[in-house]
Amino acid sequence: MNEFFSMGGYALFLWPAYAVTLLAIVINVYTARRDLDRARTEARRRLASGATGDASSVATASAVRGQS
Amino acid sequence: MSGPGVFRAAVWVVQRDLRLATRRPAQVLQPLAFFAVVTLLFPLGYTPELAKLRAIAPGVLWVAALLASMLALESLFREDADDGTLEQFVVSGQPLTILLLAKTATHWLLTGLPLTLMAPLVGGALGVPFAALGGILSSLVLGTISLSLIGAVGAGLTLASRRGGVLLSLLTLPLAVPVLIFGARATELAIAGDSLTAPLYLLGAVAVLGLTLAPLAAAAAVRIGLE
Amino acid sequence: MDWTWFHKFGSPPHVYRLAGLLTPWFAWPAALLILGALYGGLVLAPPDYQQGDGFRIIYVHAPSAWLAVMIYAVMATAAGVGLIWRMKVAHAVAASCAGVGAWFTVVSLLTGMLWGKPMWGTYWVWDPRLTAQLILLFLYLGFMGLRASIDDVSRADRASAVLALVGVVNLPIIRYSVEWWNSIHQAPSVMKMDRPSMPFDMLAPLLAMLLGFSLYFGAVLLIRLRAEILRRERNASWIREELT
Repeated sequence: MNEFFSMGGYALFLWPAYAVTLLAIVINVYTARRDLDRARTEARRRLASGATGDASSVATASAVRGQS
Repeated sequence: MSGPGVFRAAVWVVQRDLRLATRRPAQVLQPLAFFAVVTLLFPLGYTPELAKLRAIAPGVLWVAALLASMLALESLFREDADDGTLEQFVVSGQPLTILLLAKTATHWLLTGLPLTLMAPLVGGALGVPFAALGGILSSLVLGTISLSLIGAVGAGLTLASRRGGVLLSLLTLPLAVPVLIFGARATELAIAGDSLTAPLYLLGAVAVLGLTLAPLAAAAAVRIGLE
Repeated sequence: MDWTWFHKFGSPPHVYRLAGLLTPWFAWPAALLILGALYGGLVLAPPDYQQGDGFRIIYVHAPSAWLAVMIYAVMATAAGVGLIWRMKVAHAVAASCAGVGAWFTVVSLLTGMLWGKPMWGTYWVWDPRLTAQLILLFLYLGFMGLRASIDDVSRADRASAVLALVGVVNLPIIRYSVEWWNSIHQAPSVMKMDRPSMPFDMLAPLLAMLLGFSLYFGAVLLIRLRAEILRRERNASWIREELT
């Protein structure tokens, strides 16, 4: 086991490299999910506070379809 | 949109910008002074020995030329956007691409070309041998054309943004890396007295690619910036 | 030809729902592949005949470097689609890409440096791959900086799209020029991956990692895309149906 962690003497470089990569993987998932949660809460808050939804999105969708 | 009409409009743009420049000579002279000052700093900060300076002269010349060319970009489209000239370009019925190419050409005439012409003076101060000047001049002519074109795209893009300045440099400097590499290499070869056809061809290729694509991108950017 | 499938990608609610459905299909295979490749790379693969166990950094360095470049390509493609077909969703994709791309560019630089220290004896060498990667980082920062400096979303979308397209045309030239520059100045390069015969138990984890990282990016992109769409469509009526 010790042999595995010492990585033939390269432990000092190998494990930090893996740690940095793992950190990036975790952080990107975390921030993405946090952003989505925030956007959802914000949207729910707007809906609850009675901000009126308009039909802009529907209009664009049909306009796009109309081009074909 | 007849051929001669476009050509006349482009010539008119060049003439107008040149006339404006003669009214505000400081704006034209400042990048040139900057170029001279930056290169002067190296003998002071590094060593006055010409042999050592000669070794770093290619890098110094090109980085200084790059920064000086960047310095003059801020004003390339900004004033014309503020006073409505660019709006007039858009509604004039002439292709915006060509009109912006004309403006870029003027930018080159007012910075790239004078920078090139100053190179013998500045190069001499850095210990560049007289025989190398021909090669350095030709590489700078080709390289500064590309720098002006890349800069025009950057200047167009920052029109829409609240702050230009540092952002403009961040956008354009990475894109200018190939010009810097090929240009500095050409200069290095010229100083060593070797044939510099390879980097000159590459500089030429970049300039041709820039001439075809950069005005299109600049026109798209300016349209977005003017909204 | 029926183009409705294409136009559906222009419809935010459709893409929002589709992205939600697809996320697990990217996330779980990505997790399995990465974990499997970790085991394969750290345990099963034999040490390299020259670099010993140090070569195992390749299993995180190469996939990060690949993601950095691939994400830029995805970003520029999405930006181009958004610009040409005026597709808001495509711009949202491009906007969601930049942050992840910049992260993995940094990771590829750091892991490259950590690999370089035992191999070259110093953390930084002007190796062509690392140098090109550094310039790529500045391209990402420029893209994000330009977006951040424009208040209006639609203008930010299109201005940054033009920049992404200019960048993607320039990127091969930058890479070529850096290689060329390096070939003249002869900096050492240990990160040549085109060795003639990489044994299967070394190569398989690498390929699994590359695929795993790509799928991982797909999952993150889909989540970020949904957040981006929700923020942009805050006033649209479909959000009411979706969230209640």
